[in-house]
Amino acid sequence: MRTVLVIGAMLFAGAAAAQESKVVLKDGPGRDKAQACVACHSLDYIQMNSRFLDKAGWTASINKMINAFGAPIEKADVEAIAAYLAANYGAVPAGK
Amino acid sequence: MNKRPSRASRRSFLAKATGAGAASLLAPAARVLAAGPVGSSGALGFAELPDGALAEQALYALPGKVPLIKKTFRPPNFETPVEYFRTAVTPNKAFFVRYHLAGIPQVGAKEWSLSVGGESAERELKLGLAQLKSEFKPAQVTAVCQCSGNRRGLFEPHVTGVEWGVGAMGNAVWRGVRLKDVLAKAGVKAGALEVVFDGADHPALEKTPDFVKSLPLEVALDDNTLVAFEMNGAPLPHWNGFPARLIVPGWTGTYWVKHLASVKVVSQPEKNFWMSAAYRLPKGRFKTPSFQSQVAAANEPITSMVVNSLITSLRSGQQIARGKPLEVKGVAWDGGAGIARVEVTTDSGATWQPAQLGRDLGRFSFREFSLSAPTRSPGSTVVMARATSTSGETQVEQLIHNPAGYHHNVVQRIYVEIV
Repeated sequence: MRTVLVIGAMLFAGAAAAQESKVVLKDGPGRDKAQACVACHSLDYIQMNSRFLDKAGWTASINKMINAFGAPIEKADVEAIAAYLAANYGAVPAGK
Repeated sequence: MNKRPSRASRRSFLAKATGAGAASLLAPAARVLAAGPVGSSGALGFAELPDGALAEQALYALPGKVPLIKKTFRPPNFETPVEYFRTAVTPNKAFFVRYHLAGIPQVGAKEWSLSVGGESAERELKLGLAQLKSEFKPAQVTAVCQCSGNRRGLFEPHVTGVEWGVGAMGNAVWRGVRLKDVLAKAGVKAGALEVVFDGADHPALEKTPDFVKSLPLEVALDDNTLVAFEMNGAPLPHWNGFPARLIVPGWTGTYWVKHLASVKVVSQPEKNFWMSAAYRLPKGRFKTPSFQSQVAAANEPITSMVVNSLITSLRSGQQIARGKPLEVKGVAWDGGAGIARVEVTTDSGATWQPAQLGRDLGRFSFREFSLSAPTRSPGSTVVMARATSTSGETQVEQLIHNPAGYHHNVVQRIYVEIV
Protein backbone atom coordinates (compact mmCIF):
# COMPACT_ATOMS: atom_id res chain seq x y z
CA MET A 1 0.00 0.00 0.00
CA ARG A 2 1.40 3.36 -1.02
CA THR A 3 0.18 6.03 1.36
CA VAL A 4 0.93 9.62 2.20
CA LEU A 5 2.49 8.33 5.39
CA VAL A 6 5.80 7.70 3.67
CA ILE A 7 8.33 9.93 5.39
CA GLY A 8 11.85 9.60 4.08
CA ALA A 9 12.09 5.83 3.90
CA MET A 10 15.39 6.11 2.05
CA LEU A 11 16.85 8.33 4.75
CA PHE A 12 16.16 5.63 7.31
CA ALA A 13 17.67 2.94 5.14
CA GLY A 14 20.69 5.06 4.21
CA ALA A 15 23.33 3.25 6.27
CA ALA A 16 22.16 -0.16 5.10
CA ALA A 17 22.20 1.08 1.50
CA ALA A 18 25.85 2.05 1.91
CA GLN A 19 26.60 -1.45 3.21
CA GLU A 20 24.61 -3.00 0.39
CA SER A 21 26.75 -1.28 -2.23
CA LYS A 22 29.70 -3.36 -0.97
CA VAL A 23 27.94 -6.54 -2.11
CA VAL A 24 29.22 -7.21 -5.63
CA LEU A 25 28.73 -10.06 -8.06
CA LYS A 26 31.69 -12.18 -9.15
CA ASP A 27 33.36 -11.30 -12.42
CA GLY A 28 32.38 -13.38 -15.42
CA PRO A 29 30.46 -13.43 -18.68
CA GLY A 30 26.83 -12.44 -18.12
CA ARG A 31 27.54 -10.45 -14.96
CA ASP A 32 26.21 -7.23 -16.53
CA LYS A 33 22.87 -8.88 -17.32
CA ALA A 34 22.62 -10.48 -13.84
CA GLN A 35 23.03 -6.98 -12.45
CA ALA A 36 19.32 -6.44 -13.36
CA CYS A 37 18.38 -8.33 -10.16
CA VAL A 38 19.38 -5.26 -8.14
CA ALA A 39 16.19 -3.45 -9.24
CA CYS A 40 14.20 -5.28 -6.54
CA HIS A 41 16.68 -6.78 -4.10
CA SER A 42 20.26 -6.68 -2.85
CA LEU A 43 22.67 -9.04 -4.55
CA ASP A 44 23.43 -10.94 -1.35
CA TYR A 45 20.28 -12.96 -2.20
CA ILE A 46 22.34 -14.66 -4.92
CA GLN A 47 25.34 -15.52 -2.78
CA MET A 48 22.98 -16.67 0.01
CA ASN A 49 21.38 -19.20 -2.35
CA SER A 50 24.67 -20.75 -3.35
CA ARG A 51 26.06 -23.18 -4.08
CA PHE A 52 23.35 -25.75 -4.51
CA LEU A 53 21.36 -24.86 -7.64
CA ASP A 54 22.29 -26.19 -11.08
CA LYS A 55 21.53 -24.25 -14.25
CA ALA A 56 17.96 -25.59 -14.39
CA GLY A 57 17.47 -24.51 -10.77
CA TRP A 58 18.76 -21.00 -11.47
CA THR A 59 16.58 -20.81 -14.60
CA ALA A 60 13.52 -21.69 -12.49
CA SER A 61 14.45 -18.96 -9.98
CA ILE A 62 14.86 -16.33 -12.70
CA ASN A 63 11.55 -17.33 -14.29
CA LYS A 64 9.83 -17.03 -10.90
CA MET A 65 11.25 -13.52 -10.55
CA ILE A 66 9.90 -12.60 -14.00
CA ASN A 67 6.52 -14.37 -13.84
CA ALA A 68 5.55 -13.95 -10.18
CA PHE A 69 7.31 -10.69 -9.33
CA GLY A 70 7.50 -8.86 -12.66
CA ALA A 71 11.31 -8.60 -12.73
CA PRO A 72 12.49 -6.30 -15.55
CA ILE A 73 14.42 -9.05 -17.32
CA GLU A 74 14.10 -9.75 -21.05
CA LYS A 75 13.20 -13.36 -21.87
CA ALA A 76 16.17 -13.34 -24.24
CA ASP A 77 18.53 -12.69 -21.29
CA VAL A 78 17.37 -15.57 -19.11
CA GLU A 79 19.78 -18.04 -20.69
CA ALA A 80 22.81 -15.80 -20.22
CA ILE A 81 21.93 -14.95 -16.61
CA ALA A 82 21.27 -18.59 -15.74
CA ALA A 83 24.60 -19.59 -17.30
CA TYR A 84 26.38 -16.86 -15.31
CA LEU A 85 24.71 -17.86 -12.03
CA ALA A 86 25.32 -21.58 -12.60
CA ALA A 87 28.99 -20.94 -13.38
CA ASN A 88 29.61 -18.59 -10.45
CA TYR A 89 26.99 -19.54 -7.86
CA GLY A 90 25.94 -23.01 -9.02
CA ALA A 91 26.10 -26.42 -7.40
CA VAL A 92 29.62 -27.75 -7.10
CA PRO A 93 29.92 -30.97 -9.14
CA ALA A 94 30.61 -34.09 -7.05
CA GLY A 95 34.29 -34.74 -6.46
CA LYS A 96 35.37 -31.10 -6.57
CA MET B 1 27.52 -41.65 29.74
CA ASN B 2 29.12 -45.05 29.33
CA LYS B 3 29.30 -44.87 25.55
CA ARG B 4 32.73 -43.91 24.32
CA PRO B 5 32.52 -43.81 20.56
CA SER B 6 35.75 -44.35 18.66
CA ARG B 7 37.16 -41.46 16.70
CA ALA B 8 35.69 -42.94 13.53
CA SER B 9 32.19 -43.34 14.94
CA ARG B 10 32.38 -39.89 16.49
CA ARG B 11 33.28 -38.56 13.07
CA SER B 12 30.33 -40.37 11.56
CA PHE B 13 27.81 -39.09 14.07
CA LEU B 14 29.19 -35.59 14.01
CA ALA B 15 28.78 -35.70 10.23
CA LYS B 16 25.22 -36.92 10.69
CA ALA B 17 24.55 -34.30 13.31
CA THR B 18 25.87 -31.36 11.41
CA GLY B 19 25.82 -32.34 7.77
CA ALA B 20 28.60 -33.80 5.69
CA GLY B 21 30.29 -30.44 5.27
CA ALA B 22 31.24 -30.34 8.93
CA ALA B 23 33.18 -33.59 8.78
CA SER B 24 36.42 -31.78 8.05
CA LEU B 25 36.05 -29.66 11.18
CA LEU B 26 36.91 -32.42 13.60
CA ALA B 27 38.44 -32.66 17.03
CA PRO B 28 41.74 -30.79 16.46
CA ALA B 29 39.66 -27.79 15.42
CA ALA B 30 37.11 -28.24 18.20
CA ARG B 31 37.71 -24.78 19.63
CA VAL B 32 37.25 -23.17 16.25
CA LEU B 33 34.12 -25.21 15.74
CA ALA B 34 32.82 -24.21 19.15
CA ALA B 35 33.20 -20.55 18.26
CA GLY B 36 32.12 -21.12 14.67
CA PRO B 37 31.45 -18.64 11.91
CA VAL B 38 28.58 -16.15 12.49
CA GLY B 39 25.24 -17.91 12.58
CA SER B 40 26.59 -21.38 11.78
CA SER B 41 23.82 -23.94 12.22
CA GLY B 42 26.40 -26.73 12.18
CA ALA B 43 27.84 -25.26 15.37
CA LEU B 44 24.40 -25.68 16.95
CA GLY B 45 24.14 -29.35 16.04
CA PHE B 46 22.13 -29.03 12.85
CA ALA B 47 22.83 -29.50 9.16
CA GLU B 48 24.91 -26.55 7.95
CA LEU B 49 23.59 -23.58 5.96
CA PRO B 50 24.47 -23.40 2.25
CA ASP B 51 28.16 -22.45 2.07
CA GLY B 52 27.35 -19.24 0.19
CA ALA B 53 24.88 -18.18 2.88
CA LEU B 54 27.39 -18.86 5.64
CA ALA B 55 30.12 -16.91 3.82
CA GLU B 56 27.86 -13.93 3.05
CA GLN B 57 26.26 -13.36 6.44
CA ALA B 58 27.77 -11.16 9.13
CA LEU B 59 26.68 -9.24 12.20
CA TYR B 60 25.20 -5.86 11.31
CA ALA B 61 23.15 -3.38 13.36
CA LEU B 62 20.12 -1.77 11.74
CA PRO B 63 19.12 1.59 13.30
CA GLY B 64 17.61 0.84 16.71
CA LYS B 65 18.79 -2.78 16.73
CA VAL B 66 21.77 -4.59 18.23
CA PRO B 67 24.00 -6.39 15.71
CA LEU B 68 21.93 -9.19 14.18
CA ILE B 69 22.86 -11.81 11.60
CA LYS B 70 22.44 -10.09 8.24
CA LYS B 71 20.97 -12.42 5.66
CA THR B 72 20.04 -9.76 3.08
CA PHE B 73 20.15 -5.95 3.11
CA ARG B 74 17.20 -5.19 0.80
CA PRO B 75 14.55 -6.15 1.61
CA PRO B 76 16.07 -6.40 5.10
CA ASN B 77 16.23 -9.89 6.54
CA PHE B 78 18.09 -10.15 9.84
CA GLU B 79 18.26 -13.08 12.21
CA THR B 80 18.51 -13.09 16.01
CA PRO B 81 21.75 -14.66 17.35
CA VAL B 82 21.17 -17.70 19.56
CA GLU B 83 22.36 -16.05 22.79
CA TYR B 84 19.20 -13.89 22.87
CA PHE B 85 17.10 -17.04 23.27
CA ARG B 86 18.62 -17.74 26.69
CA THR B 87 15.67 -15.92 28.21
CA ALA B 88 12.01 -16.63 27.47
CA VAL B 89 11.28 -13.09 26.27
CA THR B 90 13.30 -11.76 23.32
CA PRO B 91 14.46 -8.12 23.67
CA ASN B 92 12.98 -5.71 21.10
CA LYS B 93 16.44 -4.60 19.99
CA ALA B 94 17.40 -8.19 19.19
CA PHE B 95 14.10 -9.27 17.60
CA PHE B 96 14.49 -10.64 14.05
CA VAL B 97 13.55 -8.58 11.00
CA ARG B 98 11.83 -10.00 7.94
CA TYR B 99 10.42 -8.17 4.89
CA HIS B 100 9.31 -9.39 1.46
CA LEU B 101 9.27 -6.00 -0.24
CA ALA B 102 11.88 -3.26 -0.34
CA GLY B 103 9.52 -0.29 0.03
CA ILE B 104 9.36 0.20 3.79
CA PRO B 105 7.91 3.54 4.85
CA GLN B 106 8.74 5.07 8.18
CA VAL B 107 5.20 5.48 9.38
CA GLY B 108 4.45 8.35 11.77
CA ALA B 109 2.23 7.61 14.79
CA LYS B 110 0.12 10.75 14.34
CA GLU B 111 -0.42 10.28 10.61
CA TRP B 112 -1.16 6.56 10.85
CA SER B 113 -4.70 5.26 10.63
CA LEU B 114 -6.26 1.87 10.17
CA SER B 115 -8.95 1.45 7.51
CA VAL B 116 -11.56 -1.18 8.30
CA GLY B 117 -14.15 -2.26 5.75
CA GLY B 118 -14.67 -4.76 2.94
CA GLU B 119 -17.83 -6.02 1.24
CA SER B 120 -18.74 -8.16 4.27
CA ALA B 121 -18.44 -5.30 6.77
CA GLU B 122 -21.53 -3.30 7.71
CA ARG B 123 -19.65 0.01 7.66
CA GLU B 124 -16.25 1.52 7.02
CA LEU B 125 -14.05 2.85 9.82
CA LYS B 126 -10.90 4.88 9.93
CA LEU B 127 -9.19 4.59 13.29
CA GLY B 128 -6.23 6.62 14.49
CA LEU B 129 -3.77 5.28 17.06
CA ALA B 130 -5.19 7.36 19.94
CA GLN B 131 -8.71 6.26 19.01
CA LEU B 132 -7.67 2.63 18.86
CA LYS B 133 -6.16 2.93 22.34
CA SER B 134 -9.07 4.84 23.90
CA GLU B 135 -12.13 3.25 22.29
CA PHE B 136 -11.25 -0.43 22.72
CA LYS B 137 -10.44 -2.58 25.71
CA PRO B 138 -6.71 -3.31 26.02
CA ALA B 139 -5.57 -6.88 25.48
CA GLN B 140 -2.22 -8.59 25.91
CA VAL B 141 -0.64 -11.90 24.96
CA THR B 142 2.83 -13.41 25.23
CA ALA B 143 3.45 -15.16 21.94
CA VAL B 144 6.16 -16.51 19.66
CA CYS B 145 6.47 -14.86 16.27
CA GLN B 146 8.32 -17.30 14.02
CA CYS B 147 8.91 -16.97 10.31
CA SER B 148 7.41 -19.91 8.37
CA GLY B 149 10.85 -20.46 6.87
CA ASN B 150 12.83 -20.40 10.11
CA ARG B 151 15.59 -23.06 9.72
CA ARG B 152 15.08 -23.23 5.93
CA GLY B 153 18.87 -23.09 5.53
CA LEU B 154 19.11 -26.39 7.44
CA PHE B 155 17.15 -28.29 4.79
CA GLU B 156 18.93 -31.16 3.07
CA PRO B 157 18.81 -30.99 0.13
CA HIS B 158 18.81 -27.17 0.28
CA VAL B 159 15.83 -25.22 -1.04
CA THR B 160 15.77 -21.62 -2.31
CA GLY B 161 14.63 -18.65 -0.25
CA VAL B 162 16.03 -16.71 2.67
CA GLU B 163 18.45 -19.26 4.12
CA TRP B 164 17.48 -18.79 7.73
CA GLY B 165 19.33 -20.45 10.56
CA VAL B 166 17.54 -20.87 13.91
CA GLY B 167 16.89 -17.21 14.71
CA ALA B 168 13.97 -16.10 12.51
CA MET B 169 11.84 -16.12 15.62
CA GLY B 170 11.26 -14.33 18.88
CA ASN B 171 8.91 -14.25 21.84
CA ALA B 172 7.37 -11.03 23.15
CA VAL B 173 4.58 -9.60 25.26
CA TRP B 174 2.29 -7.99 22.70
CA ARG B 175 -0.20 -5.38 23.82
CA GLY B 176 -2.97 -3.78 21.83
CA VAL B 177 -6.63 -4.38 21.19
CA ARG B 178 -8.59 -7.42 20.06
CA LEU B 179 -9.22 -7.56 16.33
CA LYS B 180 -12.66 -9.00 17.07
CA ASP B 181 -13.61 -5.82 18.96
CA VAL B 182 -12.53 -3.69 15.99
CA LEU B 183 -14.47 -5.95 13.61
CA ALA B 184 -17.54 -5.80 15.88
CA LYS B 185 -17.47 -2.02 15.60
CA ALA B 186 -17.43 -2.29 11.81
CA GLY B 187 -20.06 -5.05 11.90
CA VAL B 188 -19.51 -8.45 10.27
CA LYS B 189 -22.20 -9.49 7.78
CA ALA B 190 -23.48 -13.03 7.34
CA GLY B 191 -21.48 -14.70 4.57
CA ALA B 192 -18.13 -13.26 5.69
CA LEU B 193 -15.41 -15.81 4.93
CA GLU B 194 -11.94 -14.29 5.36
CA VAL B 195 -10.39 -11.12 6.73
CA VAL B 196 -7.72 -9.53 4.50
CA PHE B 197 -4.76 -7.51 5.82
CA ASP B 198 -2.47 -5.03 4.08
CA GLY B 199 0.51 -3.25 5.55
CA ALA B 200 2.17 0.01 4.52
CA ASP B 201 5.16 -1.73 2.94
CA HIS B 202 5.14 -1.90 -0.85
CA PRO B 203 7.09 -3.41 -3.72
CA ALA B 204 9.90 -1.68 -5.62
CA LEU B 205 8.06 -2.27 -8.90
CA GLU B 206 4.38 -1.79 -9.77
CA LYS B 207 4.23 -5.30 -11.24
CA THR B 208 5.31 -7.04 -8.03
CA PRO B 209 2.34 -8.26 -5.99
CA ASP B 210 1.83 -6.21 -2.83
CA PHE B 211 2.18 -8.22 0.39
CA VAL B 212 -1.41 -8.94 1.41
CA LYS B 213 -2.50 -11.80 3.68
CA SER B 214 -5.82 -13.20 4.82
CA LEU B 215 -7.05 -15.24 7.78
CA PRO B 216 -10.11 -17.45 8.18
CA LEU B 217 -12.90 -15.43 9.85
CA GLU B 218 -12.81 -17.63 12.97
CA VAL B 219 -9.08 -16.98 13.47
CA ALA B 220 -9.60 -13.23 12.97
CA LEU B 221 -12.34 -13.34 15.60
CA ASP B 222 -10.26 -15.35 18.09
CA ASP B 223 -9.79 -13.67 21.48
CA ASN B 224 -6.00 -13.87 21.08
CA THR B 225 -5.77 -12.20 17.68
CA LEU B 226 -4.67 -8.61 18.32
CA VAL B 227 -3.87 -5.35 16.63
CA ALA B 228 -0.80 -4.62 18.75
CA PHE B 229 1.03 -1.35 19.21
CA GLU B 230 3.31 -2.36 22.08
CA MET B 231 6.00 -5.00 22.35
CA ASN B 232 7.53 -5.82 25.74
CA GLY B 233 6.13 -2.60 27.21
CA ALA B 234 7.49 -0.27 24.52
CA PRO B 235 6.12 0.96 21.20
CA LEU B 236 6.77 -1.51 18.37
CA PRO B 237 10.22 -0.96 16.84
CA HIS B 238 10.09 0.37 13.26
CA TRP B 239 11.52 -2.92 11.92
CA ASN B 240 8.85 -4.93 13.71
CA GLY B 241 5.85 -3.05 12.37
CA PHE B 242 5.49 0.38 14.02
CA PRO B 243 2.99 1.72 14.83
CA ALA B 244 0.68 -1.33 14.77
CA ARG B 245 0.85 -4.90 13.57
CA LEU B 246 -1.30 -7.98 13.56
CA ILE B 247 -0.63 -10.65 16.21
CA VAL B 248 -1.85 -14.15 15.38
CA PRO B 249 -0.66 -16.33 18.29
CA GLY B 250 0.18 -19.88 17.26
CA TRP B 251 0.23 -19.08 13.53
CA THR B 252 3.45 -18.51 11.60
CA GLY B 253 4.85 -15.00 11.16
CA THR B 254 3.62 -14.57 7.58
CA TYR B 255 0.17 -13.66 8.93
CA TRP B 256 1.49 -11.11 11.43
CA VAL B 257 1.20 -8.17 9.00
CA LYS B 258 3.44 -5.24 10.00
CA HIS B 259 2.66 -1.50 9.66
CA LEU B 260 -0.97 -2.61 9.44
CA ALA B 261 -2.93 -0.22 7.22
CA SER B 262 -6.12 -1.94 6.17
CA VAL B 263 -8.45 -4.72 7.31
CA LYS B 264 -11.18 -5.97 4.97
CA VAL B 265 -13.91 -8.49 5.72
CA VAL B 266 -14.65 -10.42 2.54
CA SER B 267 -16.93 -13.21 1.32
CA GLN B 268 -14.52 -14.76 -1.21
CA PRO B 269 -11.07 -16.35 -0.76
CA GLU B 270 -8.24 -13.82 -1.16
CA LYS B 271 -6.41 -14.85 -4.34
CA ASN B 272 -3.23 -12.74 -4.51
CA PHE B 273 0.21 -14.35 -5.00
CA TRP B 274 1.10 -14.31 -1.28
CA MET B 275 -1.97 -16.40 -0.46
CA SER B 276 -2.49 -18.59 -3.52
CA ALA B 277 1.12 -19.38 -4.50
CA ALA B 278 3.46 -18.53 -1.63
CA TYR B 279 3.44 -20.01 1.87
CA ARG B 280 2.04 -23.34 0.66
CA LEU B 281 2.63 -26.83 2.06
CA PRO B 282 2.12 -30.15 0.29
CA LYS B 283 -1.32 -31.38 1.34
CA GLY B 284 -1.58 -33.79 4.24
CA ARG B 285 2.11 -33.86 5.26
CA PHE B 286 1.64 -31.89 8.48
CA LYS B 287 -1.01 -32.23 11.18
CA THR B 288 -1.56 -28.49 11.52
CA PRO B 289 -5.05 -26.94 11.21
CA SER B 290 -6.48 -26.48 7.74
CA PHE B 291 -7.27 -23.06 6.26
CA GLN B 292 -10.32 -24.48 4.51
CA SER B 293 -11.21 -21.69 2.08
CA GLN B 294 -7.62 -21.62 0.73
CA VAL B 295 -7.04 -25.36 0.19
CA ALA B 296 -6.07 -26.18 -3.43
CA ALA B 297 -5.77 -29.50 -5.26
CA ALA B 298 -2.08 -30.05 -4.57
CA ASN B 299 -1.28 -27.82 -1.63
CA GLU B 300 -2.62 -25.74 1.22
CA PRO B 301 -1.50 -22.67 3.16
CA ILE B 302 0.82 -22.97 6.11
CA THR B 303 -1.12 -22.23 9.32
CA SER B 304 0.14 -22.81 12.85
CA MET B 305 3.64 -23.64 14.03
CA VAL B 306 4.82 -27.17 14.72
CA VAL B 307 6.28 -28.12 18.12
CA ASN B 308 9.96 -27.28 18.43
CA SER B 309 12.84 -26.57 20.81
CA LEU B 310 16.27 -25.00 20.79
CA ILE B 311 19.21 -25.77 23.10
CA THR B 312 20.94 -22.46 23.81
CA SER B 313 23.59 -23.42 26.38
CA LEU B 314 25.87 -25.63 24.28
CA ARG B 315 27.76 -25.53 21.00
CA SER B 316 28.59 -28.57 18.94
CA GLY B 317 32.24 -29.51 19.40
CA GLN B 318 32.33 -27.94 22.85
CA GLN B 319 34.68 -29.50 25.40
CA ILE B 320 33.50 -29.86 28.99
CA ALA B 321 35.81 -30.71 31.85
CA ARG B 322 34.93 -34.04 33.44
CA GLY B 323 33.30 -33.54 36.82
CA LYS B 324 31.63 -30.32 35.73
CA PRO B 325 27.90 -30.73 35.13
CA LEU B 326 26.56 -30.72 31.59
CA GLU B 327 24.03 -27.88 31.66
CA VAL B 328 21.36 -28.27 29.00
CA LYS B 329 19.15 -25.20 28.74
CA GLY B 330 16.88 -23.83 26.08
CA VAL B 331 13.39 -22.90 24.99
CA ALA B 332 10.46 -24.89 23.58
CA TRP B 333 7.29 -23.74 21.82
CA ASP B 334 4.47 -24.92 19.58
CA GLY B 335 1.39 -23.70 17.73
CA GLY B 336 -0.64 -22.89 20.81
CA ALA B 337 -1.41 -26.16 22.62
CA GLY B 338 1.40 -25.36 25.03
CA ILE B 339 4.48 -27.37 25.98
CA ALA B 340 3.75 -30.51 28.02
CA ARG B 341 7.32 -31.74 28.43
CA VAL B 342 10.86 -31.54 27.11
CA GLU B 343 12.98 -34.66 27.30
CA VAL B 344 16.76 -34.44 27.16
CA THR B 345 19.40 -37.04 26.45
CA THR B 346 23.08 -36.56 27.29
CA ASP B 347 24.11 -40.09 26.26
CA SER B 348 23.47 -39.99 22.52
CA GLY B 349 19.87 -41.14 22.91
CA ALA B 350 20.39 -44.19 25.15
CA THR B 351 18.30 -42.62 27.91
CA TRP B 352 15.99 -39.60 27.99
CA GLN B 353 15.13 -37.60 31.09
CA PRO B 354 12.46 -34.99 31.62
CA ALA B 355 13.89 -31.46 31.79
CA GLN B 356 12.63 -29.00 34.34
CA LEU B 357 10.25 -26.50 32.76
CA GLY B 358 10.50 -22.79 33.51
CA ARG B 359 7.69 -20.41 34.36
CA ASP B 360 4.54 -20.84 32.27
CA LEU B 361 4.01 -17.56 30.37
CA GLY B 362 1.01 -18.92 28.50
CA ARG B 363 0.44 -21.52 25.81
CA PHE B 364 1.73 -19.33 22.95
CA SER B 365 5.02 -18.40 24.66
CA PHE B 366 8.53 -19.83 24.69
CA ARG B 367 8.86 -22.19 27.64
CA GLU B 368 12.29 -22.41 29.17
CA PHE B 369 13.70 -25.83 30.04
CA SER B 370 16.82 -26.98 31.85
CA LEU B 371 18.57 -30.15 32.87
CA SER B 372 21.87 -30.64 34.64
CA ALA B 373 23.66 -33.96 34.10
CA PRO B 374 26.87 -35.16 35.78
CA THR B 375 29.91 -35.88 33.59
CA ARG B 376 31.59 -38.91 35.08
CA SER B 377 33.86 -40.27 32.38
CA PRO B 378 35.70 -38.77 29.43
CA GLY B 379 34.48 -39.34 25.90
CA SER B 380 32.20 -38.00 23.24
CA THR B 381 28.46 -37.84 23.41
CA VAL B 382 25.46 -36.30 21.68
CA VAL B 383 23.06 -34.06 23.57
CA MET B 384 19.49 -33.75 22.27
CA ALA B 385 16.23 -32.19 23.43
CA ARG B 386 12.78 -33.25 22.30
CA ALA B 387 9.68 -31.17 23.06
CA THR B 388 6.12 -32.52 23.21
CA SER B 389 3.02 -30.33 23.22
CA THR B 390 -0.08 -30.82 25.35
CA SER B 391 -1.80 -32.12 22.22
CA GLY B 392 0.77 -34.95 22.03
CA GLU B 393 2.75 -33.63 19.07
CA THR B 394 6.51 -34.34 19.28
CA GLN B 395 9.52 -33.09 17.31
CA VAL B 396 10.61 -35.28 14.40
CA GLU B 397 13.81 -37.32 13.96
CA GLN B 398 13.79 -36.97 10.17
CA LEU B 399 13.06 -33.81 8.22
CA ILE B 400 9.68 -33.63 6.49
CA HIS B 401 11.08 -32.11 3.32
CA ASN B 402 8.86 -29.68 1.41
CA PRO B 403 9.73 -27.40 -1.52
CA ALA B 404 9.45 -24.06 0.27
CA GLY B 405 11.38 -25.11 3.37
CA TYR B 406 8.81 -24.78 6.13
CA HIS B 407 8.21 -26.45 9.52
CA HIS B 408 11.76 -27.64 10.27
CA ASN B 409 11.47 -29.20 13.72
CA VAL B 410 14.12 -31.89 13.54
CA VAL B 411 15.72 -32.78 16.89
CA GLN B 412 19.03 -30.94 17.37
CA ARG B 413 22.14 -33.13 17.83
CA ILE B 414 24.91 -31.38 19.75
CA TYR B 415 28.23 -33.18 19.90
CA VAL B 416 30.02 -32.61 23.19
CA GLU B 417 33.38 -33.91 24.32
CA ILE B 418 33.98 -34.64 27.99
CA VAL B 419 37.69 -34.20 28.67
